[in-house]
Amino acid sequence: MRLAGKQTWVFENDVYIQATGTVVGPFEAEGPLGSQFDVTYRDLYCGGKTWELAERRLMKEAIDICLQKANVTADNVDFFLAGDLLNQNVTSNYTARDIPVPFLCMFGACSTSMETLAVGAALVDGEFARTVLTATSSHNATAERQFRYPTELGVQKPKTATFTVTGGAAALIGREKSLFRISAATIGRVIDAGMKNPLDMGSAMAPAAAATIEQHFLDLGASPDDYDLIVTGDLSKVGSVIVKELLSESGYDVATNYNDCGLMIYRPTQGVFAGGSGCACCAVVTYAHLLKEMQQGRFQKILVVATGALLSPTMIQQKQSIPAIAHGVVIEAVRG
Amino acid sequence: MDYWMAFLIGGMICGIAQLVMDIGKFSQIHVMSGLVIAGVILGSIGAYDSLIDIAGAGALLPISGFGYLLIKGILSYKMENGWMSIGSGIFQLAGLELSFTIVLSFFIALICKPKG
Amino acid sequence: MKLKENYQQAVKVFQPKPPYVLNGIKAFFIGGLLCLAGEALQKGYVFLFDMSLLEAQHLMLLTFIFLAIVLTGIGTYDSFSQFAGAGATILITGFANALASAALEHRSEGWITGVANHMFKIGGAVIVYGIVVAYLFGTIHLIF
Repeated sequence: MRLAGKQTWVFENDVYIQATGTVVGPFEAEGPLGSQFDVTYRDLYCGGKTWELAERRLMKEAIDICLQKANVTADNVDFFLAGDLLNQNVTSNYTARDIPVPFLCMFGACSTSMETLAVGAALVDGEFARTVLTATSSHNATAERQFRYPTELGVQKPKTATFTVTGGAAALIGREKSLFRISAATIGRVIDAGMKNPLDMGSAMAPAAAATIEQHFLDLGASPDDYDLIVTGDLSKVGSVIVKELLSESGYDVATNYNDCGLMIYRPTQGVFAGGSGCACCAVVTYAHLLKEMQQGRFQKILVVATGALLSPTMIQQKQSIPAIAHGVVIEAVRG
Repeated sequence: MDYWMAFLIGGMICGIAQLVMDIGKFSQIHVMSGLVIAGVILGSIGAYDSLIDIAGAGALLPISGFGYLLIKGILSYKMENGWMSIGSGIFQLAGLELSFTIVLSFFIALICKPKG
Repeated sequence: MKLKENYQQAVKVFQPKPPYVLNGIKAFFIGGLLCLAGEALQKGYVFLFDMSLLEAQHLMLLTFIFLAIVLTGIGTYDSFSQFAGAGATILITGFANALASAALEHRSEGWITGVANHMFKIGGAVIVYGIVVAYLFGTIHLIF
């Protein structure tokens, strides 16, 4: 049985991340991790004619780089899993036109990165596929115009608002041995804490993140000390404090080994309010920065929990609250 | 003196609007709509005329001034046009600003791209 | 209070409040200074072009609308608004910015279905409520 406890998959066969590709926009390039991404664009349009085309280009390029690094062509991949933030997942679906393999489109808002990675690993582990390509992307301007207001509208955003990361990320999962082994994944439940403010997604997502992390410990009989790093996707300044508090109320102390991708990607001086968010936030930080840290031996075993606020502007206007979800994936460094 | 009153009244309208937005958790669109309605109501009872006498631009520049121009258009053309003043008079004064904004917005979209 | 027991109440401790006083002062001074500039402009137009006060008032408003829309096109009005808050948004310049920003944002969907259709998606509320209420009050004035 590969299901441990209620929500956790343990991958018994060896599943590895073969290669990753990350592409980011100008704000992320200026951030503290700027030099670690594969490609950085100086212009927010990233060589596209519109914001949507820019985002598609980010995803396409991340996939190209990932496949190039792994030295395979797109038709040698067995399945392609992808998702993004836009309506009808346009970025993923249009990118999939160019990739001649079976495709599953996924939506988990900003948790999509770990959702695709977990499902991809499960497909490989269950021998439904030899290699799976996963990709995700987000763009500050496309998210802004779809979920909030036109980009040039002068609105005063509160300190709790987050700044959507412009970027695309791809990872290739397979059986061939590499440094990064995916050993387990916890699939989250949708949790609605009743928060209604779309400009404060940290407090909406924190309960979902805490629930997934707790369930992960419960299912595996693990404790926070088993991990060198527990990292959440995009809880930002507000949510990361809440999730630590929620976990300590349940008796898990993560004070020393917890961090948040949304806090790592930007400098506080960049005018990004509470921090970064978006599908690409967790993905580019994990694939570019955290895996590099593991390679250099700083971390041995990490738990990446991507958090997603399943936000819809229509539902917000109809006075509905924001449901949230979080998926966790364990990545271990394999040496020798 | 005129300058002082423009500064004080205009600043106060903006300051109060800011507090309503922050404390009452209203979006700016809600506050703008509320101010326009306030401008229309104060204009219709003649109070906004006196406010403009005192504050000048300080009462005209806030969006409530736009509401005042809408109702002022109706009221000042009522004598000549009778019932027709309601539909047509509404744009007699405010139409200047409204049409200019629409036309210029169109042309700026022709020239510029959003910068993000 | 424990977060687990009553999340919606307990979480408020963790949510940073807007700086009420600072935001209010910024809005007061920037809004006030813009109105002062408007007053100066209005007086200047009367003096320079020898026009009536009514003409000068409208010309002053048009000047501000022009500046707001040009700054929107250049892409600086949004950062100005982030700083000034209501001092920039609730003036007629904020209305002009609402129309121009929506028009700009949707130029990628074409001139009719994009720019024209979407132009009023933010600023439309101001026009609708202004006209509806003015219509009602105008009717009341006509009857009584």
